[in-house]
Amino acid sequence: MIEILRRFGGPFRRNLLIGPACKLIEVVFDLLTPLVIARMIDEGIGQRDLTVVMRYGAVLLGMAVIGMGFALICQKMASLASQGIGTEVRRSLYARINAFAYTEIDRFGTPSLITRITNDVNQLQLAVALAIRQLIRWPFLAVGSMIAALLIDPVLGLVFIVTAPLIGAVFCWVMSRAVPLFRRIQGMLDRIGLLTRESLSGARVIRALVREDHERARFREAADGQARLSIVVGRLNSLLNPATFLVMNLGVCVILWQGGIAVDTGRLTQGDVVAFVNYMTQTLLSVVYVANLVIVFTRASASATRVIEVLDCEPSITSPEGAAAQEITPEAPAFHLDHATFAFGAAASPAVDGVTFELPQGGTLGVIGGTGSGKSTLVSLLPRLYDTTSGIVEVLGRDVRSWQLEELRHVIGLVPQAAALVSGTIRSNLTWRDADASDDALWAALDTAQAGEFVRKLPEGLDAPVEAGGKNFSGGQRQRLTIARALVGKTRILILDDSASALDMRTDAALRQAVRARSQSSSTPLTTVIVSQRISSVRDADLICVMRRGRAVGLGTHDELLETCDVYREICRSQGLDAPDAGRDAGRDAR
Amino acid sequence: MNPYASTGSVSTVTASAADRDHRDDANGGGPGGAPEMPTGEVTRRLIACIRPHLAAFVLSFLSALISVALQLYVPILIGRGIDLIIAAGHVAFTELWPLLVELAAVVAGAALTQWAQGYLISRLAYVTVRDLRVQVSEKISRMPISFIDAHPHGDLISRVVNDVDLVGDGLLQGLTQLFTGVVTIVGTLIFMLSLSVSMAVVVVLVTPLSIAAASAIARFSNRSFTAQQSILGQVGGHIEEYVGNQRLVSALAYGGRAEEAFDNLNRALYTAGERAQFLSSLSNPGTRFINNIIYAVVAVIGCLAVITGWPSTLTVGGVQVFLSYANQYTKPFNEVTSVIVQIQTAVASAARVFSLLDETEERPDAADALAIRDLQGAVRFDRVAFSYVKDRPLLTDIEISAAPGARYALVGPTGCGKTTLINLLLRFYDVDAGAVTLDGYDIRSLTRESLRRSFGMVLQDSWLFEGTIHDNIAYGKPDATREQVVEATRRAHADGFIETLPDGYDTLVAEDGGSLSQGQRQLLCIARVMLTDPAILLLDEATSSIDTRTEAQVQAAFDELMRGRTSFVVAHRLSTIQGADCILVMRDGAIIERGTHQDLLEQHGFYASLYEAQFAGSES
Repeated sequence: MIEILRRFGGPFRRNLLIGPACKLIEVVFDLLTPLVIARMIDEGIGQRDLTVVMRYGAVLLGMAVIGMGFALICQKMASLASQGIGTEVRRSLYARINAFAYTEIDRFGTPSLITRITNDVNQLQLAVALAIRQLIRWPFLAVGSMIAALLIDPVLGLVFIVTAPLIGAVFCWVMSRAVPLFRRIQGMLDRIGLLTRESLSGARVIRALVREDHERARFREAADGQARLSIVVGRLNSLLNPATFLVMNLGVCVILWQGGIAVDTGRLTQGDVVAFVNYMTQTLLSVVYVANLVIVFTRASASATRVIEVLDCEPSITSPEGAAAQEITPEAPAFHLDHATFAFGAAASPAVDGVTFELPQGGTLGVIGGTGSGKSTLVSLLPRLYDTTSGIVEVLGRDVRSWQLEELRHVIGLVPQAAALVSGTIRSNLTWRDADASDDALWAALDTAQAGEFVRKLPEGLDAPVEAGGKNFSGGQRQRLTIARALVGKTRILILDDSASALDMRTDAALRQAVRARSQSSSTPLTTVIVSQRISSVRDADLICVMRRGRAVGLGTHDELLETCDVYREICRSQGLDAPDAGRDAGRDAR
Repeated sequence: MNPYASTGSVSTVTASAADRDHRDDANGGGPGGAPEMPTGEVTRRLIACIRPHLAAFVLSFLSALISVALQLYVPILIGRGIDLIIAAGHVAFTELWPLLVELAAVVAGAALTQWAQGYLISRLAYVTVRDLRVQVSEKISRMPISFIDAHPHGDLISRVVNDVDLVGDGLLQGLTQLFTGVVTIVGTLIFMLSLSVSMAVVVVLVTPLSIAAASAIARFSNRSFTAQQSILGQVGGHIEEYVGNQRLVSALAYGGRAEEAFDNLNRALYTAGERAQFLSSLSNPGTRFINNIIYAVVAVIGCLAVITGWPSTLTVGGVQVFLSYANQYTKPFNEVTSVIVQIQTAVASAARVFSLLDETEERPDAADALAIRDLQGAVRFDRVAFSYVKDRPLLTDIEISAAPGARYALVGPTGCGKTTLINLLLRFYDVDAGAVTLDGYDIRSLTRESLRRSFGMVLQDSWLFEGTIHDNIAYGKPDATREQVVEATRRAHADGFIETLPDGYDTLVAEDGGSLSQGQRQLLCIARVMLTDPAILLLDEATSSIDTRTEAQVQAAFDELMRGRTSFVVAHRLSTIQGADCILVMRDGAIIERGTHQDLLEQHGFYASLYEAQFAGSES
C-alpha cells in the first residue's frame, strides 16, 4: 500500500495532505460538540440564561456548517487522488503488460493479469479513498474522544481505556475466525458452480450413462456443506452488533455509577456526565469503524503486492538500443536458424532443440508434427516472441536480436492458432498492422485470404461490425480474417500457425494458391511458413520440417521425406496416404 | 480432420437452432428473457419456501421486536439516571442503584435478543438457500436436453449460484432489516411522544429534510454512477479483449496503438469515476450535516424547555434522551431506503429462480414402458422426420435399417443432421414423425434408462469431470473394480499414457481435462464406454487436431470398440469411412447416397466430389 503511494502518490501529494487535514478539522468539531452541549446545559440551564443557550446553539450550527465545508473539501481531495492514482496505476500496468514477452505472459497467465489490472486496481483505489476520508477520522475520533474524556476526568476516563480495546478485541477475534471461513465458503460456492457447469456440459454423457442420481447426490452434498459452514459463520457474525451494544452500554452504566459519586462530591457536574455518555457512544462506534478499515486495508495490501509484482517484472525481450531500419538485400535468406534451442524453464527439456535450416526469400516452409512437438514454439522464435536459449535465429539476413522489435514484427505476419478478432469493424481489425492501409490493400489481403467473397456479401462491407472475439463470424471466417490481417502492411514473411484448421480442404488449397500468386506478382517476394498437422497443407512446400519432441527429425521436400523420414511416413499413413502414391491414386480414381 | 465441414462445429449449429426454437416457443415467462412474474406471485412462493421453517421465522421476528424495544428503552433509562445526578450533594443514590441494575438488565436482554435474532435469521437464510439450490439443480437435471442446448450455461449456473444467494441475502436478511428499521422508527416516535409531544413534533418536522437530502444526493450520484459504470464496462471490455489477446497484440506489434486506445478510455474513466465517487461520497457528510443541525435544534429547544417550560416541561436527562433519539431516528430511514433496493434485486432473482422451476420437464417414461436387456442391436429409422425449429424441417423421411453388428459411417457437410441422428437414438430429442426402433421396439415404448444403457457414446468434445482418472473411466459403471478399469483402459489403448502420469489411475483430472491432450481425453472416454460394454455404439470422431501417435491409438481403440457391435460413426477419417459396411451420405437433412466407399466413388456423385475435394490441394 505504502509502496503504491510512494510510487504514484507524488502528483497527488497536495490532495493527500489537504484531504486528511480538512477531515481533521471536521473531526475536531465533532469532538467539540459534546463539550458545547455540556456547557449549554451547565451554563445555560444552570444560570437559566436563554441567551447563553442561543449562543451555544449558534456555535453548534456554525460548527455544523464549517465542518460540512471541510468535509466536502476532503471528499473532493479523496476522489481526485484515489481516482488519479487508480488511473495512473492502471496505465502503468497496461503499458508494462504490453511490453511483456511471451515468457512473462506465461508466467503470470492471462486471467491473472486481467484480474490485476481490474479488481486489484479497484481495491487499491477504494483503499486510497478510504485512507484519505476515514483513516484519519475514526482513529482520531476514537482517540480524541478518549482524550477529551480523560481531560474532563482522568479517573472516570479509565472506563474508556477498558471498553475501547475490549470492543476492538471482540471484533478482531470474530474477524480472524470468520475471514478464513469466508474464503472456504467462497471455495465451496465455486464448487457448486463447477458441479452445475459439469452437469450442463456433460448432460448427454450423464444421461446416456444414467448417472443422474449420482450427480444429484454430489450436488446435494456440496450445497449442504456450504450451508453448514455458512451457518457457523452466521453465528459468529451475529455476535458483533450485540457485543458492541453490550460493552458500550455497560460502560455507560459504570459512568453513571462512578459519575454519580463524583457529582455528589462535587468533582464533576451534571453536564460532564452527559458529555461522558456521548463520548462513550462516539468512541465505541469509532472503534468498530477502525476495525472495519483494518479489513479493507489488509485486502488492499494483498492487491498492492500483486500489482507491484507485475510492475516490477522486467520484460525479458526488448528492442536493442539504437537499432535502425536497414535495407534488406534480396539475396539474404528469409531465415537462417543455426542450432536454435529453446526451453521454457531452466530445468525443462527443450521445446525446440538444435534446429538448423535456411530458407530463401519467397520460399515456402512447411512445419509438421504432432501436438506438443514444438512446431508453434519453433515459429515463435522468428518474430522473437521467445528468445533462444542457445543458437542463432536470423531473419532476412540479420540476427533477430539486432532488429527493432516493432520493425521485425511488422515484417513478419503471424497468424496464430486461435483466430482472435476484437470488437470493432472488419476494417479496424484488418488495419492493426497498418493504420493507413487503403481500401484496395484491404480487399487484396481479403481476397488472398479467401475472405473477399463473404465480406463482399456483408451489407456494410469493410465496415461490418465485429463482435468481441469475432463471435458473429464462423470459425472458418474468423480464420480467414486473421490471415487477411497478417497480410496487410509490409509483410514479407507470412506465418500460418495451424491457422487453416477450420478451413475445408478446398479453401485451404485455394488459400495456398492465392498466397503463391501474391508472392509472384509482387516486387518483394512473400515467404510463407505453414504449420500444420495435415500432410496436404505442407506437401508442396519447398522445405518441410518434421518436428518431434522439439527436434527437426526430417528436413526436405515431400518426396525426399517419404524416402528418408520414418516419422513423416507414419504421419502420412495415419492420414490415409499409405504408400507414397496412395493419395494421388485415390484422387485420380475419384475423377 | 474433417474434410467436409467448412465452418463451425455441429454442436453449435444444433444449439443455436434449438435456441431460436426456444425463443419462438417461449410463452412470455421463459428464462431466456426477463421473467415477468408478478411480485405477489413471487412473494407467495417465497412464503411457501419459508413455511417449513415458520417457527424459526416467527421467533426471529419476535426477537427483533423485543430487541428493538429494549434498545430504545436504554436512552430513557440513561436520561433518568442523569436526572438523578444533579449536583454536589444532590445525587439520589437510593434511586440510582436500582436504576443501574435495571439498565444493565435491559442492555443484556437487548443484546441477547439481538444475537438470537441475527443467528436465527442467518440460519434460516442459509437453509432456505440450500433447499432452493438443490431444487433448482435437480430441476435442471430433469429438463430435456433441448432446454440445456437452448440456454446459455452461464445463465443457468448464475441462477443456481448467484440468484439463489441473492434471494437468501436480500429477502431474508433484508426483510429483517426492514422490519427492525420500521420498528425502530415507530418505537422512537412512541417513546418521544410519551416524553414530550412538542419536542417529538420538532424532531419529526426536521426528519423529511434529512430524507430529502439523502435521496437528492442518491439521485445525483446514481446518474453519474450509471455513466461511470458504462465507461467501466468499456474499460473492462478493452482489457478482456486486448490483455486477453496479449500474445497476439505483441506478435503483431499492435501494443502502441492498443495503449493509445486504452489511455483514452482510462482518461474518460478518470473523469467519470472521479465525479461519481465525489458525488456518492457526499451522502455521509450530507446526512451528518443534517444530523448536526437537528442535534443543535434539539439541544437549543430542549434547553429552552428545561428553562422556561415551553414548549413543554423537560428535565436535563430528557434533553439527553432526545439528543440520542435525534441521532438514532434518521438512521433507519437511510437503512430502509437501501434495504428496499436490496429487496427489489432479491425479488427479481427469485422471479428468475421460480420461472426456471416452472419450466416443463422432460416427459417421464410411460407407466408401461419396457426395460429391455440383451439386445441384438438391430436399429431402424422408419420414415423419420425431425426439426429443432417448427416450420424448418431438418431431417425428412430418413430410412435406415441397420443389421446387428453393422458399421455405419455418416458423412456430409456441417449441419446436415448427422449429430441429430445420435440425438434421436438416445432420445435426447423425440422424432416428429415416423419411428426409431430397436430390435423391433419403438424406442419411445422403452424406459429411457434401459434404452440409454444399451448405447455407448463417444462425443467429439470429451466430457471429463473433476475427479480421478479411475472415477472418470468407471463413471458408467461405478462399482467396477480397478482390474476391470485397467482392462478396459488397456483395450482402449489408453493404459500407456496413464501409467506415465505421476499418480497413475488416481491422478486428478481438472474439470476441462486440464493437462490432458484432446486425444488423451478421448481415449479416456473410449475406455469409459469400453467398460460399460454396450450393444450399440455412437461415435463422433474428432475433427480437431490430435497428434499422430495418439490419433493412431484412438483409431485402434475405435476399431476394438466397434468389433461385433452395431455402430454409427460421424466419420471424418478416411480409414473409418473406408472400413464402414455402409456409408450414409447426408445433405440438408436427407440421406442422398448410400453404399460402400468403392460403390459411392463409382457413382461420381456428391460423395465422390467431397472425397476429391480432400485431395484437391495436392494435385494443383
